Amino acid sequence: MAYTPKQVFLNGIWLENPIYRQVLGICSTLAVTNLLANTLFMCFGLIFTTALSNFTISVLREYIPKRIRMIVQVLIIACYVMIVDIIIKALVPDIHRFIGPYVGLIITNCIIMGRAEAFASQNRPLLSLFDGVASGVGYSLVLIFIASVREPLGFGTILGMTLPARDLWWHSWIIMVMPPGAFFMLGMFTWFARRWLVKEVKR
Amino acid sequence: MDLQNMNFFVSLVLIFTSAAFTDNILLARFLGMCSCLAISKKVDTSIGLGGAVMFVTASTTAFNYLMYKYVLVPLGIEYLRLLVFIVIIAAFTQLLEMIIERFSEKLYYALGIFLPLITVNCAILGIALFMLNKPYSFWQAFFFGAGGGFGWFLAITLIGGIREKIKESDLPKGLEGPAITLIIIGIMSLAFVGFSGMIKI
Repeated sequence: MAYTPKQVFLNGIWLENPIYRQVLGICSTLAVTNLLANTLFMCFGLIFTTALSNFTISVLREYIPKRIRMIVQVLIIACYVMIVDIIIKALVPDIHRFIGPYVGLIITNCIIMGRAEAFASQNRPLLSLFDGVASGVGYSLVLIFIASVREPLGFGTILGMTLPARDLWWHSWIIMVMPPGAFFMLGMFTWFARRWLVKEVKR
Repeated sequence: MDLQNMNFFVSLVLIFTSAAFTDNILLARFLGMCSCLAISKKVDTSIGLGGAVMFVTASTTAFNYLMYKYVLVPLGIEYLRLLVFIVIIAAFTQLLEMIIERFSEKLYYALGIFLPLITVNCAILGIALFMLNKPYSFWQAFFFGAGGGFGWFLAITLIGGIREKIKESDLPKGLEGPAITLIIIGIMSLAFVGFSGMIKI
């Protein structure tokens, strides 16, 4: 496989971005982006899990029998997610109460399974680790962008701090922090991102 | 609402309805989006996957409940719940695949491609995890799972219907596929938000 680290990184973050190109990992994108703080912890968890599970699966790729590889991959991922779950619970119990179920759901986050299947099971360990980080960062950038639109519009705050406009003239759009707001925001983001990318790919 | 002092059957009906409508797993909790976006292009495939998910959700939620309550909690190893739940779901799906293959070849071919997808459907693991936050008894947990699965089935079938129609229309570049589907789901979710507050459990 002739992947250079630079190519892998660009693919993960921009050209093959997990969210708007491959449409993977949508559930957590929608669920945790109403507060920026929640989003940051979720991103940390995802980058950690993708990178390390990619690495482990790549190290073991020769030894895993083809027929049961799905279940082995799920088990490896589940172990890392448990570690993340315990760390977040210990550090920030308040945030854990809200994003707890979604942290558990990193196991079934399709980005991780997708990278494990598409990349880690065919490439060298270090490159896979790198690929995991790149995909995780690509995911995080989109999430942070969406959260930093939804939180100010919906609550009039950013990272929990009140913006000055809220006290003066801004009326919060409650819809932005409710489920429909998440769908609209991601739908429009996907639209614009694909609009640019179509041009890039043609060139 | 106080579930303990309520008529048992009334509580089951309430849990089922609230899981299916007011707390719709796809539209309000955002779970199972990936397979929903990938599969919902046609109504009949949507119904196939939706039915399979409903069945697996109801059964594995009950299984997971028993496992959590009678094995993990007494042994004090609740932190292993993620591992145990995912193994139960994967094993159950595998078992289901073998049973269907043995008894109904027709159904097996109809569901064929969907069965492996069920393991990685986050709605199933999600319902099991949400169930832990609530003080349910065994049957209540079962109906919570069944209601959640039914809600998912309902949502994916509706989306499938709309997407079949929208294929004919002329959309701006970049909006086709996932983008327009997300916006449609957003509008549907607005409708389902209207249900919220009717039942609170």
